[in-house]
Parts: sequence; C-alpha cells; structure tokens
Amino acid sequence: MKLTVNGTPYEVDVEPEMPLLWVLRDELGITGVKYGCGVAACGACTVHVDGVALRSCQLAVGDLEGEVTTIEGLGTPEALHAVQAAWVAHQVAQCGYCQSGQMMQAAALLAEVPAPTDAEIDEAMSGNLCRCGTYPRIRAAIHTAANTLMEG
Amino acid sequence: MSRVGKIARRSFLIGSAAVAGGVAFGVYLAKKPIPNPLLEGLKEGEAALTPYVKITQEGITLITPRADKGQGAFSIQAYLLAEELDIDPATATLSPGLPGQAYFNGAVLAEGSPKPAYDEGFVAETLRSFMSVPAKIFAVQLTGGSSTVPDGFDKLRLAGAVARETLKEAAARRLGLSRAELKTEAGHVILPDGSRIAYTDLAAEAAQIDPIEDVPLRDPSTWRYLGKPGLPRLDMLRKCTGTEVYGIDLTFDDMLYATVRANPAIGAGLAGFDATAAGDMRGVEQIVAITSGVGVIANNTWRAFQAAEALEIDWITPETPGTSAEIFATLEQALGNPDAYDHCQRDEGDVEAALASGEVIEAAYRIPYLAHAPLEPMNAVVRIADGQVEIWTGTQIPLFVRDRAARIAGVAKDQVRVYVQPMGGSFGHRLEMTHVEQAVELALAVPGRHLKLTWSREEDMTHDYPRPASVARGRGGVRDGQVAAFDLSVSQSAMAPEWFGRLSGMTLPGPDASITTGSWDQPFAIPDYRVTGYRAPTMVPVSSWRSVGASGNGFYHDCFLDELIFAAGADPLAERIRLCHHDPSRKVLEAVGEMSGWTGPSLGAGRGRGVAFCMSFGVPCAQVVEVTATDEGIRIDHVHVVVDVGRVLDPSNLEAQVMGGVIFGLGHAMNCELTYADHRPEQENFYDYEAMRLYQVPKIDIRALENSPRIRGIGEPAVPPAAPALANAIFAATGQRIRELPLSRHVRFV
Repeated sequence: MKLTVNGTPYEVDVEPEMPLLWVLRDELGITGVKYGCGVAACGACTVHVDGVALRSCQLAVGDLEGEVTTIEGLGTPEALHAVQAAWVAHQVAQCGYCQSGQMMQAAALLAEVPAPTDAEIDEAMSGNLCRCGTYPRIRAAIHTAANTLMEG
Repeated sequence: MSRVGKIARRSFLIGSAAVAGGVAFGVYLAKKPIPNPLLEGLKEGEAALTPYVKITQEGITLITPRADKGQGAFSIQAYLLAEELDIDPATATLSPGLPGQAYFNGAVLAEGSPKPAYDEGFVAETLRSFMSVPAKIFAVQLTGGSSTVPDGFDKLRLAGAVARETLKEAAARRLGLSRAELKTEAGHVILPDGSRIAYTDLAAEAAQIDPIEDVPLRDPSTWRYLGKPGLPRLDMLRKCTGTEVYGIDLTFDDMLYATVRANPAIGAGLAGFDATAAGDMRGVEQIVAITSGVGVIANNTWRAFQAAEALEIDWITPETPGTSAEIFATLEQALGNPDAYDHCQRDEGDVEAALASGEVIEAAYRIPYLAHAPLEPMNAVVRIADGQVEIWTGTQIPLFVRDRAARIAGVAKDQVRVYVQPMGGSFGHRLEMTHVEQAVELALAVPGRHLKLTWSREEDMTHDYPRPASVARGRGGVRDGQVAAFDLSVSQSAMAPEWFGRLSGMTLPGPDASITTGSWDQPFAIPDYRVTGYRAPTMVPVSSWRSVGASGNGFYHDCFLDELIFAAGADPLAERIRLCHHDPSRKVLEAVGEMSGWTGPSLGAGRGRGVAFCMSFGVPCAQVVEVTATDEGIRIDHVHVVVDVGRVLDPSNLEAQVMGGVIFGLGHAMNCELTYADHRPEQENFYDYEAMRLYQVPKIDIRALENSPRIRGIGEPAVPPAAPALANAIFAATGQRIRELPLSRHVRFV
C-alpha cells in the first residue's frame, strides 16, 4: 500500500482497515501525531489530507485518498509555520500532548477562514480537547497567526 | 561554626564532586550519606552528593529531578540554577537524571503535617521540618503537591552559586589572580582584561578544588530570569513542532508493541481467559497472563488493541460494593458514625452547645469519583536483559517504580534503571505504577527485546485510581447577621494510606488527613467551628487527583459557608473577609472583590456571581465566577482569580497554571463523573467524560499577590475554588442550591 506523508512517498504492508494514525506512528515512526482516544473524541491525532483536517484515528489507511501532512510537515523548529510561531509566542503548550492536533486544526481553519472571529474559532476548535486548559492561549494564538498570514 | 549554622538553617549543604571528564555540583544531605546512582564508582565520601549541575568539556548539564508533566517543572528548575550560575539555560542540556535516594522531597510531606499551612509559628515550622525526615526514609523522589518550587527555591539557586564561584576560583588559581577580580557571564569567567574562559574549559580544574560554599544568594532585584514576564518555557519549541518525545513516542529497532486488559475491578485479578480468536490475529506474537489480567504482545499497537478486544476474559468479582448506589450508601453509613471516626483537626468553641439552641441549618453534599485522564495514556518501554531492567516511562515516582520492577523481575534494585520521560499530562495519574508493573511482567516474556506497553483510552479511563468519591454533611448556625457555628463532617475511603501502601508495601499508621484537607485548615475564625473526618471502608482504590483532598473539601467548605452567609443575610464576600484571620488570605479576598467590581451576588435578571475561597498547598486562592442563566442553560461568562504564592518566579507560567487550574476545576464540576455498575466505571472515553471544551471557556482574569511569607507552587491551588464559585454563582443567578457534583446532574450548561 502506498501513501505520501509530508512529501515523502512510502510503501507499507498493512491491512487496509488499520487507521492512518497507527500506520504513521508504528509503521513509519512519525510520532508528532498522537493517540489520545481512538474514537475521534479528542483531536490529538489530527492531520491534513490534501489540506483538510481529519482525525487519523478514524481514517482507515485503505480509504486514504490524497497526500498526508502531519505536524512535522507543517513546519520545523528551524522554519516554523505561522501557527507554530504564534503558539511559541503565546507560550501555549503545557504538557503539549494535544498541541500537534490543535495546531493542525488551527492551520486548516486559517486556510479556509483567514480572519476568524472568536465564534468561528470556538466552532472549529471545540473538537480538540486540552486537558491542561490552554484554551485561552489557543484562541489568542490563532488570532496572532491569522494576522501574520494576512500580512505575509 | 558557620557550617553548623548553615546546616541548622537550611538542613543542606552545597558541595561538588569529580565526575568523568568534569565536575558536578549539588546538595550534600546534612544527615547520613545516601547512595546516589549518578555518582556510582566515586569514593565513599563523595557519594552523598545530589548533583544539579554537571560541567564537562562537552557542555553543561542541568539536572532537574522533578518531573515535567506539563506544569513547567523542567523550566523553572533550570532557571533557578541558571540565575546564579550565569548561563543561558537554553544552551544547556536538561536531564531528569537517574532517580536516587538523595533526591528527597521535604516539601511534599510537610503539606500533610498536622498544622495548617498558614500557621507560621514555631511549632508549625518545627513539625514541618521533622516531616521531611520520613520523606527521606521512604525514599520519596516524588513530584507532586505543588512542591517543586518551594523545595528547590534555595537548593537550586545555591547549587548554581557554588558552581559559579568554584569555577571562578579555578580560573583564579590557573592565572594567579584573586577570585574577586573575576566576573561571570553566559557560561564564561570574565578576566579583568575582558578575555573569557568557558566554564567547560575549567571543569577539570574545578573538580580538584574544594567548592566555595560560603556564597550569598543574589538579591531578587538583580535577577535576570526569575520573576521576569515572558520567560520562555525551555520545552516550548519542541512541543509546538511535534518533536517532543513523550514516553509513548519512544521507538527502538527491535521493539514489540503491547497492550493489556486488566480487571476493571482494580486488583481483583483474573479467573480465566480464552485467546483462541485473538491468538490468530495478524501481528500477534504472544498472549500472556499477568497478575492484573491479560497482555497482548504484537508488532503494532493497533494490532495489539484489536487482539485485546477479541479476548474472552472471566474476571474475579470482588467483595466490595459494585454500584454507585451501594458505594454512596456505604459512604453515608460511615458519615457521623463513631465507629468510622478518623480525625478531628479543628474543634474550636463548643459546636454541640451552639447547635443545641437556635435554628440549625443543615445541608448534605456529595462528590463523585473522577478520572485523571491525561491525554497521553499510560505507557512504558521496558527491556530486560542480562539481569538488568531498563524502564522508560513518564512517572512522578521513579524510585517506587525502580523498587517494584526489581521485585517483579527478581533483580537487585541497583540493576534497574528508570529513565523519566516527558509526560503528556498526569494530574496525579502518574503517582501510580500499575502500567509499569504490567510492562515488566510482559517484558519478562520477551527477554532482550524492548517492549512498549500502551493502554487504550478505555483501559486508562477504567483503571485510573480515581479521585475519591465522598459525602459530607454541614450543620451550622447564624447570629446577628453573622456566621456563628460551622460543623462539617466528611466521609471518604482512605486515600493517602492506601496509595502509600500500594507503592511501598508499608502501612502508614494514623489518620488519613486527605479526608478533610482543604476544609479543616481554612483561615477563618468562626466562634464554634469543627471539621471531622470519617473513614469509609475501602471500595474503589483511589488516589491523588490535582489538588488532592482540597478538590472535594474546597467544594464542601466553601459551599456550606456560602449557605450560612446567605442564611445570616450577610454579603458573601464581606462576610468571608470579616471571618478571615490570615492577612495574606484576606488581601486575596479583598483583591478579588476589587477586580470583579463586587457589589453583591446579583448581576441583574438571570445573572449572578459567586465567590469562593480555598487555601491549599499554602496558597490562598479566591475566585469570583459570573454566570448567565440562558434559555439553553448556564453560561459561564467571566472568572476573576487572585492567588498569593509568596513570590512569583515565572509570571507567564503562573498565569498558565492558574488558567489551566480554573478550567480543570470548572470543567470537571460541570459534567464529569465516574459512575459504577458491576464493579467497573461506566465511562470509558472522552465522549462520556468531557470536561470543558474551547467554546465553553470564559474570560479569565488573574492577579498574583506576594504577601505570603513563604514561596509556594501553583500547579494545584487554582483548582479547589472553581467548583464552589460556580455552584455559588448558579445559586445567585437562579436561586438553586446544588450540593452535588457534577452540576450537570441538575442544570444544563451552554
């Protein structure tokens, strides 16, 4: 089975019903994407497929159509995506475990809605759980990232 | 003489020791030397050092033994060292080190001492200092109790200062100068002519000289890092780029992936199982019966999960109550029952006489079991080979892990290595170690291989050692518009002794202070005032949940106080301030009134606000919650929070911890509980254990005061007042008193 992740083509020998999450983590060693619930209730496993934010724990790899981007492909420590830079600037992360999914969700939101209101942020982000309670900084960071991207 | 004085005052000394390629600086315990695994192979006299700074030619390592579960412990420990050492901590390697008995945490047991934290008198201080002795005896290298900052504030700064001066002395001797002529900056000693020698270049020479111990700490007015706004967390870039490696992310070439299914009646064990279907599934290597249940070893975590679900298992049914109704009936039976009496640490005036005359106001309360549910499920990597056990896991209790693993694997303790990993949350969950026991048992079945055990979310939620459920009864009286009598009884299964017994195998005698922590120790002067703890039988095994006893007692104490104040016809804030006899706490209450523009509980039709106060871990915290009763339900609009930690070392992280604590407290109070049927929790995942999501998060304003005489940690104290402030606000807006958590049993939230 073939798939492309962060621009790199891979071939894996797995059953088609294996969720993309576990193909990424256990077969390809791409671990920025996290397992939190396995039932699309927390959003920690959020990745982009052709730019659309999806829960990789619910996407059977056999059903995958399109190129996958994970947090590692969004930006790197040396070249941060605007969302990641805003996350650093607002010191969002506490434990950080949900933040890959939060940032992937936020990046997809901003690609679609360049200047979201608080209500639009609430709607787009409420599927992403944060047990540490970083939500107020997530909201602030999304506004900052929106400004950066629009100025960009 | 000064040496003795220093010991008496601080109970520790900073020293140094040669290590391979350089020098280490750290704390010498004043008492008997304790083995230290970081300095194995050194001479006898040097083995007592707990190193915090290690300098070799390769670089500077800051050893930050308190675990980081998201609260920022790594960063603040590094900044405390760097402030005096004169380095940029971002240029150093941070390491949790290996757990050793020499890391002892005096601060965390001091919190459990039988004097309220606001009592700064001689007896209280003496008791607190004695309580650090058992911490050493019990080998508690423990992260918890908001103790990282109070425990490390002096020790870590002094270690940095001694290291700096000793490096200067090494440079002075090399060049024939005096130490006073030298300065330090950014990891270098600066010579009078402005030239520089790197610390790393001086490490070998520094190891050969006696450490310069008599170093005054810098005045806070000269600090460059501590107390400054916008201090960046040193792990932030990794956490914002998916490059932080949590325990669950570790990968080794030869690694096998495992999961378990254990009896949801924790500890009851396995009657039998049928692995016919599971054993044939793709990727399954072994199915192994273990003490707590059945483990599946496979070549991929998902395949292990699938096979575990396919197992047919018969569990042993325990004798303890198996439903929520039976559990709460058992708690009620113990409440007020003389046979279940555990302790009464507050008994002022004459409560019985006061309540014998006049109207008695009574109210009954209850709180549910709560899962910790950090987003990273429990996991551990274990490799057992050649009589040695290596463990990689996120834990708050590495020494207990080491000792238990040694026992299970049948090796000596010094043959076990525990590598503490960054943690995706804990909230107290990682004060338990069942998952590591299971991983060690499974690793014994695949000797020589790395084995990673991961719990499914469902396994995690149903094997969580939850926050204890409890019940409480308040009886009180009012007189002349004031609260006059307050009598609170709380019934709960033993928490602290059972937790410690599970970990250590030892019995903790005496009362379980956690039953009333957060209610008996509040800084109020009520003429007739009593708080009594009753110990219900052991049912579901329970453990510490962020803010421990205060998570429930804060709700009980403050909600009942609010009812009495209302009955007295007094203002909720003004009466709390009048009753408060502790100056820093009173200022916290006054400040939250000023911040919120307090003019009373009403905010107009359908709107109201509640105030609540709880002092926990020595930190007074007051919160005002404002709500609106809409047609769709209660909306939380705004929260005002004031805390006093004595001195704020990291304003940005304080704000983050307080914000997170408020959201944690509100979210669980709104809609979270573990209910039991057939001896197991009915909630299994985040769809039925949700807490707060972003759309529900109110505006939160925070102020930190610095009037308290001692420095305190802030990971937990913002949690306890949130639930009562919300309940009191709902009463103010709707007239409905809710005496049970979660509040969603009685109201809807928008």
